[in-house]
Order: sequence, then C-alpha cells, then structure tokens
Amino acid sequence: MKKNKKRIELVVKPGTSLKNKTGPWRTEKPLTDLEICIGCSLCAKVCPDSAITMKQNLKKSKLEPHTDYNYCKGCGLCAQVCPVKAIKMKKDY
Amino acid sequence: MISKNKKQILEGSNAIALTIKNIAPAVVSAFPITPQTHIVEDLAKMKADGLASFEYIRAESEFAAASIVLGASATGVRVYSATSSQGLLLMTEVVFNIAGMRLPVVMTVANRSVSAPINIWNDHGDAMAVRDAGWIKFFASNHQESVNQHILAYKIAEKLQLPVMINVDGFILTHSYEPVIIPDDKTIKKYLPVYQPPTGTYLDPKNPVTLGAFFGPNNYLETRQMLHEDLMSSLEIIKEEYKLLNKTLANQGANHQRQKLSRIDNGLIEYYGPQKPKTILIAMGSVIGTILETIKNFKDVGLLKIKVYRPFPAEEIVKIIKPAQNIAVLEKAISLGQSGPLYADLAATVMASKIKKNLNLKNYIVGLGGRDITQKMIKEIIKDAPQKNNYLKFIGKI
Repeated sequence: MKKNKKRIELVVKPGTSLKNKTGPWRTEKPLTDLEICIGCSLCAKVCPDSAITMKQNLKKSKLEPHTDYNYCKGCGLCAQVCPVKAIKMKKDY
Repeated sequence: MISKNKKQILEGSNAIALTIKNIAPAVVSAFPITPQTHIVEDLAKMKADGLASFEYIRAESEFAAASIVLGASATGVRVYSATSSQGLLLMTEVVFNIAGMRLPVVMTVANRSVSAPINIWNDHGDAMAVRDAGWIKFFASNHQESVNQHILAYKIAEKLQLPVMINVDGFILTHSYEPVIIPDDKTIKKYLPVYQPPTGTYLDPKNPVTLGAFFGPNNYLETRQMLHEDLMSSLEIIKEEYKLLNKTLANQGANHQRQKLSRIDNGLIEYYGPQKPKTILIAMGSVIGTILETIKNFKDVGLLKIKVYRPFPAEEIVKIIKPAQNIAVLEKAISLGQSGPLYADLAATVMASKIKKNLNLKNYIVGLGGRDITQKMIKEIIKDAPQKNNYLKFIGKI
C-alpha cells in the first residue's frame, strides 16, 4: 500500500476563520449603491459572517458599508434588511 | 503482591467492570441498556461505595453519553463507556466523530440484535452497523479474553490515538459465570502507563486548540486516507502489544491460560485444528467454544477465530486458509441484501490474494436474535461446506 507521506494536522490553532476564505461558496453577490445608502449600519449588524464593516466617509461625513468578498457567502440578508433598498443581489458566476 | 491476581468465578459484566476500575479511567459515562446494564451498574456502585476514583457522569441518552466521553477524552484524560444495540445506533454520529477526531476512547459493546422486531438477545447486528466508523474492533470469545482485551485496548488506543470497541456477546458473555483472573491495578500499571497526551493536542484553556475542525474538499480525503493507513498499520502493533501483555501478566502471576488448544494465537486471530485442514470454519465471539467442542471429532476440520475485525487481518487469514478447500463463514449478522459482512470481507481477501480459483467459500447466518447455535447445527454446516450449492444459508432449525 502506498503510504501517505505528509501527515495532516487534525488539531488546529484558533483563528482559522480568517484563514479559510469562504467567499467562493457564493452564488449571489450583494452590490451596494452608496449614493442611495443612508449609512444606518443595519447590514453590518445582520451579516452572519461579519463581512461588512462600516467606515467613515469624511467627504460626505457619513458611515458607508464595505463588504469583504473574501468571506461574504452571498446569503442576501443585508439586501433584505436595507431600509432604502440600496443593496441588490446579482448572480455571481 | 502477586496474591491479588487470583482466579475467581465471576459474571462477565462484573469481570469487565472490575477490570475497568483497575485501569482507572478519569471519566465514565453511559446510559443503561440491556444487556450492557450490569457493567455500568457495577461501575456506578463502585463509585458510590468509594471504591473507584473516576467521575461517573449520568447521561440522558446514549447520544449524550458518547458526547460526554468524547468531550472528556478531548481534554486529554482516559475515558470509558459501554452500550448495546439501539444505544450504539443512537451513538452512531458521535462514534464517527470520535474516530475522526482521533480520540482514544474505549467502549464495550454488549452485542445485541437491532430492532425491529424488538429483541434484546445476542447477535452482531449492532457492531456491524458501525463497522465503517474507523474504530479498532475486538471480539472476545470468553471472560478472560474480554478482560485482557480491555487492557490491550487502552494501550493500543492511547499509543495510536485510535478508539477501540470491545465486542462481547450479550447474555452469553455478559450474564454468565466463568473462572477469570482480574489483574490488579499494580499489574495493569506495569503494562499500561498513566495516560498523558502531549501538550497542544488536547483542550486546555492555557493552550487553546480546535479539535474536529472544518476540512474542505482540498484535504478531507487525506484525513480519511491517514485514518485508514493508521488503522492498517495498527495490526503489527496489536500483535506486539498482545505478546507484551501476555508476558507482563505471566510475570505477575495473572495469566489465566486455559489449556492451550490453539495452534496459532497472535492477538489478531487464533487457529485451532490440523496443519492441513480440508475445511475451515471461520467465526467471531462466544460461538467459538461450541465450534471447538464440535470439531474435536473431525480430523480434517479447522477453526479460525477472528479476534480483531477492524482493521481486517487479511494477511494472517490468508496464511491460515491457504491449504483448505472449503471455507465456511459462520456469522451472527447479515448485511441485508448482500451477505454476512465477514463473508464479504473474506471474499475480497481471497480475490485480492489469488490463493485459489476454485475455493469453496460459503456463508452461514446463525444465531440471529439470540437463537441457540447447537453442535448439531455446526455438524450440519461441516457436512454442507464441501457441497456445491447455494453460497448463503440461514441455519435456524435442524
């Protein structure tokens, strides 16, 4: 029998959720129209993967969501909760 | 003191419980189910009477009991559980997890049939339901063997980080009385050192790690290959450790060898009978005694006992069956819609080894749901084995 030379490490150190990028699981991608966005932060609060962070736009002096597509699985919750319909889900393939 | 290793007449369950007490696990968790009940009752009583130091954690189901020993084992301590039949099936998901997480859990299965129809008596249906889980599986055929296999199980489990299941036939072994030596704690400690896994391999708040983590399509296959290869290479280690255990027990005056009847005995298999038999019967568990008594009157019939069913000792088996013309596999289990599972393993082994093209390999399903297997049935099987007829037969009544 051919031996599997490299042993797989089954016990892993914490912090692997940053290492394992889950973005490729996505079939739909949320696109945010920042012109419509009012910066309410609901999308960031509801995101189950904490893939949305709110950042201050100094020019417009308001908060704007930034989606990290490395981790966004495309569940569409952000689009659902957006009170001004600024987020649209688009096919991602 | 050697004198504590004396021969006693004990119930099978009681013998197992006393052995576990001397092995001294840190955590025991189980849910009572017939015919495993006496083992865990005895352990609970030992704890209540202040005779044992382990934590006895009562569980609300077998799923919980298995999860408790999984969790306890993940913290790096020695654990024990026992179950039967429906209980083992309820544990199934956890049983697979224990193997995948490479936790050295040792569990006794008092073998019982699986519902429906409901039946509490002995067969190997439960053990076969979790055949592919990745555990090492021992089958004991008498009390002393089950006692010794429990000690061996902990050594193998902790050395290789593999779980071990010891199968003992429900009622036939768990509820019967036999002379047996329970090695005392000092004797066991000589063979089985205190369990301490290396730092960073178990759950510890000072050194946080994740066990049973997520593995994607990129590396899951390799984890299964690794588990398979580790199981296969455990065959040699079981043989070595079996020899070492027997030596240690002999030195401490704790070897209760009945009259030595077998020609070959290496911990994986045992062979009784002539060097060049025409017919070989293959079986596992307590039925060995009945077969052995029956074949005494047959000059050219041998008996091969499988003691370790997973990993499957194919190489050892081929060596034994090579000279034979007829192989009869007696099984207390059926893979419904195919054949007995041991028969299927044997057929694969024979095919892969290319030993004989015209070997007469036959399967006899016996003893399901606690049906008595009589000497008359064994004689019938010996008579039928060379016949060229149906390869699979249910032998219930004669």
